[in-house]
Amino acid sequence: MNTLILKTTSRFLFTLLLLLSVFLLLRGHNEPGGGFIGALVAVGAYALFALAHGLSAARKLLPLPPLRLVGWGLLVALVSALVAFFLDKPLMTGVWFSLFGVKIGTPVIFDIGVYLTVFGALLSAIFGLEETADRTPEEAS
Amino acid sequence: MTLAIISAFLGALLAPLVYRWLGSLAGWGLAFLPLSLTVYFASLLPTVIAGNAVRHSAAWVPTLSVNFSFYLDGLSLLFALLITGIGTFIVIYTGGYLKGHPDLGKFYLVLLLFMASMLGLVLADNIVTLFVMWELTSLTSYLLIGFNHTEFRSRRAATQALFVTAGGGLALLAGLILLAGMGGSWEISELLTKGEVLREHPLYLGSLVLVLFGAFTKSAQFPFHFWLPNAMEAPTPVSAYLHSATMVKAGVYLLARLQPALGGTEVWSSTLMAFGLATLLTGATLTFRHTDLKRLLAYSTVAALGALVFAIGMVPLTGYYGAVGFATFLLAHSLYKGGLFMAAGAVDHEAGTRDINQLSGLFRVMPITGVAVVLAALSLAGLPPVLGFIGKEVLYLASLQAAPVWMIGLAVLGFAVGATLALILSVPFFRGPPPAEVHEGPPSLWLGPLVLAGLGLLVGLFPGLYNPLADAVATAVKGAPASYHLKLWPGFNLALLLSLLTVAVGVGLYFLYPRLQAWMAKDPVPGPENAYVALLRGLMGLAARAERLLQSGSLRAYLVWVFGGLSGLVGLALLQSGTLPWPSQTAVVNPAKAVLMALMLLGALLVLRLRSHLGMVVGVGIVGAGVALLFLLQNAPDLSITQFLVETLTAILIALVLLQIRNIGEVPRGRWLDKAVALLFGGIVTLLMLGMLTEPMEHHLSNFFAQKSLPEGFGRNIVNVILVDFRGLDTFGEITVVGLAGLGVYALLKRLRREGKP
Repeated sequence: MNTLILKTTSRFLFTLLLLLSVFLLLRGHNEPGGGFIGALVAVGAYALFALAHGLSAARKLLPLPPLRLVGWGLLVALVSALVAFFLDKPLMTGVWFSLFGVKIGTPVIFDIGVYLTVFGALLSAIFGLEETADRTPEEAS
Repeated sequence: MTLAIISAFLGALLAPLVYRWLGSLAGWGLAFLPLSLTVYFASLLPTVIAGNAVRHSAAWVPTLSVNFSFYLDGLSLLFALLITGIGTFIVIYTGGYLKGHPDLGKFYLVLLLFMASMLGLVLADNIVTLFVMWELTSLTSYLLIGFNHTEFRSRRAATQALFVTAGGGLALLAGLILLAGMGGSWEISELLTKGEVLREHPLYLGSLVLVLFGAFTKSAQFPFHFWLPNAMEAPTPVSAYLHSATMVKAGVYLLARLQPALGGTEVWSSTLMAFGLATLLTGATLTFRHTDLKRLLAYSTVAALGALVFAIGMVPLTGYYGAVGFATFLLAHSLYKGGLFMAAGAVDHEAGTRDINQLSGLFRVMPITGVAVVLAALSLAGLPPVLGFIGKEVLYLASLQAAPVWMIGLAVLGFAVGATLALILSVPFFRGPPPAEVHEGPPSLWLGPLVLAGLGLLVGLFPGLYNPLADAVATAVKGAPASYHLKLWPGFNLALLLSLLTVAVGVGLYFLYPRLQAWMAKDPVPGPENAYVALLRGLMGLAARAERLLQSGSLRAYLVWVFGGLSGLVGLALLQSGTLPWPSQTAVVNPAKAVLMALMLLGALLVLRLRSHLGMVVGVGIVGAGVALLFLLQNAPDLSITQFLVETLTAILIALVLLQIRNIGEVPRGRWLDKAVALLFGGIVTLLMLGMLTEPMEHHLSNFFAQKSLPEGFGRNIVNVILVDFRGLDTFGEITVVGLAGLGVYALLKRLRREGKP
C-alpha cells in the first residue's frame, strides 16, 4: 500500500499505540487493562506499521523474532510462578517486593510473560500471513 | 536420600556441560556421580542389614496425599547398589564405546537421567512417585533405544518398546490406584502391612491383573517379550545397562516389592510361575535362532527375567528358599549379563562384527576381555565357583519344594540353554586363528566387564560377603524374617544333581546348535509380535479413515462439523430435559441498548445478503463492535476493550487470509446447509442464554473475588487479579496454547511458502 497519509500518521500512531500498550500492561492490576489487552494493542500497532511501511521495516522494529518472544514470554511466566515454590509456598502464590520504591509482585511479572507470549504468537501469525500474501500475487501473474 | 536422588537428576542435567569441558575424558569424570552415589548407598548397608528401613518424606501435593516419600529396605538397597554400581562402569564404558560421537553429550544426559529415575523408582514409597519414575524410565529408554535416530530400525524398536511399556504403565497406574483405594493409603510401606485386607477385597483380582500387566510388559514377560530383543538396536552401553541389568528388572522389582501384600494366594503363585516359566522357555528357545552376540544375550535376558518371576511366584510356597534364591540369582544375573553385554560391545568395537560365526581366536588378542567373558560365562552356565552357581542352586532347592515335577523339568531345560549359551560365547575366544589387526580395547572398554565378572567370582568364592544383604532382600520380599546360609559347596543333594543334569543337557544342546540355528532362522514362526504389528496397522487404518471423514481439507466442512456437532449435542440435552427455558421477568431495555441491538441485527442481516467476502467481514465486525459497546454499557470495561481489540485483529487476520485465496470471486447463493447449521447454532445459544436467566444469579464467587482481590491479590482490577493470580495456572495453560498455536501457524505458513515456490 502506498498512501502518504497512512505512512505519515502510522509513525505517530505506532509510537502512541505502543505507549498505550505498555500503559495498559502496567496499570492492569488496578485499572482496566492487563497483559493480554496490552499485547493485542501492540500487535495492532505493528500490524498497522507493517501495512504502511512494509514487512521488513516492521520486522526491524522488533528486538527479537516474534516466536523467540513467545519462548521468552513462557519462560518469564514460568519463572514468576516458580518464585513462590522456592520460598516454600504453593506454586504461583503472589510474592511482592519493592524495587527502587516501586511495588512489584510476581503476578505483574507473570502478566509481562502473558504479554510477550500473546504478542509474539499473534504477530508471528500476522507477519507470516502478510509475507505469503505479498508473494502470492506475483506468482499468480 | 531425597538429596541423593535430586543430585542424580541435577548431575544428569550438567552432563552435557561436563562433556564440553572434559571431552573424551568425560566418561571418567562423569562416573564420579554414580560412584559417589554407590558409596553413599553402601554406607547405608549396616543400617539396613540390622533390619532398620531408612525413610524420608517431603510433601509434594499434600492435598492429594502425594508425597516425595522414599523407603529403603534390603530390596531397594540391592537395586540402588546395582543401579549406581553398574552405572559407574557403564558411564566409563560409554566414554570409550561412543568416543567422538557428535551426540555424546546428549547421550550422557539421557543415560544419567535414566539412572536418576530408576533410583527414584526403586526407592519410592509413594505410589504416585513410583509411577512418575516408572514412566520416566520408559521415556528415557525410548530416547536411548532411538539414539541412532536416523536409522529406521532404531526408531521402530524405540516406538515399539515405548508402546508396550507405556501401555503397560497405564494399566499399572489403574492397578496402583485401585490398591491405594482398597488399602486406604498411598504409601507402599503401609499397604504392605495390609496384605490381608487387600487379598480379601472383591477388587483383588482386578487390581492384580492390572499390576501384573504393567510389570509383565516392563520386564518383557511372555507374551510381551518381543520388544526386548528388538531394543538391541540401542548402543551397547544402553543394552548392558537398561535392557539387562536395571530397567527390565523394574517389573520384577515391583512384583517382589508387592509380594508381601498381594502374594500368598493361589492365583498369585500359579500366574507368576506359569508366566515366568513360559518366558524362561520362550527366551531359551528363541536363543537358538540367532548368531548375533547381542541378540543371543537379549534372549537369555528374557529367559532370566522369566526365572526371576518364577522365583517370586515360589516365595509364598517355600520357607526361605524362594526369597533367597530370588535375591541371589538377581545379583548374579545383573553382574554376569552386564559384563557380557559390555564385553560383546567391546568385541564388536574392536573386531567389527558381532556374528559368532565370524569371530575366532580372540583370547590371544583380547586377553582381558577374554578372562571377563569366561568368568561371566561360568556364572551364566551356573558352574562353580561363581555366584551364578549358588543362585541357580537355591532356585532349584526352592522349586523342589514348591513346583510340580513337570515344571522342574522345564526349568532345567530353560537353564540348560544358559550353559549352551556360555559355550557359544566362550568358544570364539579359543577356536581358530586370531584375527589380524584386532587388539585389546582401551581400559574404559574392559574395566566394566572385568570388575563385574570378577565380583561374580569373588562373591561366589566367599558367599558370606553377600549373605547379610541377601537375607535382608529375602526378608523384604518374603515380608517376614528369612535367612539362609549361602554356601558354595552345598554337599550332595538333589539340587546338585539337577545342576549336573542342566550342564549335561546344555552341552548336548551346544552340539545341536549349528543345525538348530540354521533350521530356526530359515522361516521365523509367527509370534505375539505379529499381533502387535497387526494392532498397530489396524490403528493406523482407523486413523486414516477417520481423517478422510473429518479432515476433508475444506474449511466449510470443518465448521459444519464443529457447529453442527455442538448444536446437535446441546440440542439433544435440551430435548431430554423436556422443558423449554423461559425467563419469568422481562428485562427492561433502555434506548441506548435498543439502538445498539438494532445495529447488531443490521450487521447480521448484512452478512447474509452481501456477496463480497470483505463486506461480510465488515458485517461481522459491526456485530462484534456492538457486543463490545454493550459490555461497556454493562460496566465491564475490561471485556469491552478485549472484545474491540479481538474484533480488530480478527478483521486484519481474515483480510490477510482472504488475500491468499486466488480467484475468490463472489459468495455463491444458496448453501442452505450452512445457513441451517448457523441458524440452529444461533438458536441453541439463544436458548441457553434464556435458560441461564431463569436461574437465580449466584453471587458467591463474584463476592469472593471482590472481597479478596485487594487484600490478597493486591490489585483493584478484579478481572486481572483473577487472571494472573487466583486462576494463574489456568492462564499459564492458556498462554502455552497460544504459543503453540503461534508455532503451528508459523509451521503451516512456512510449508505453504515452500510448496508455493516453483
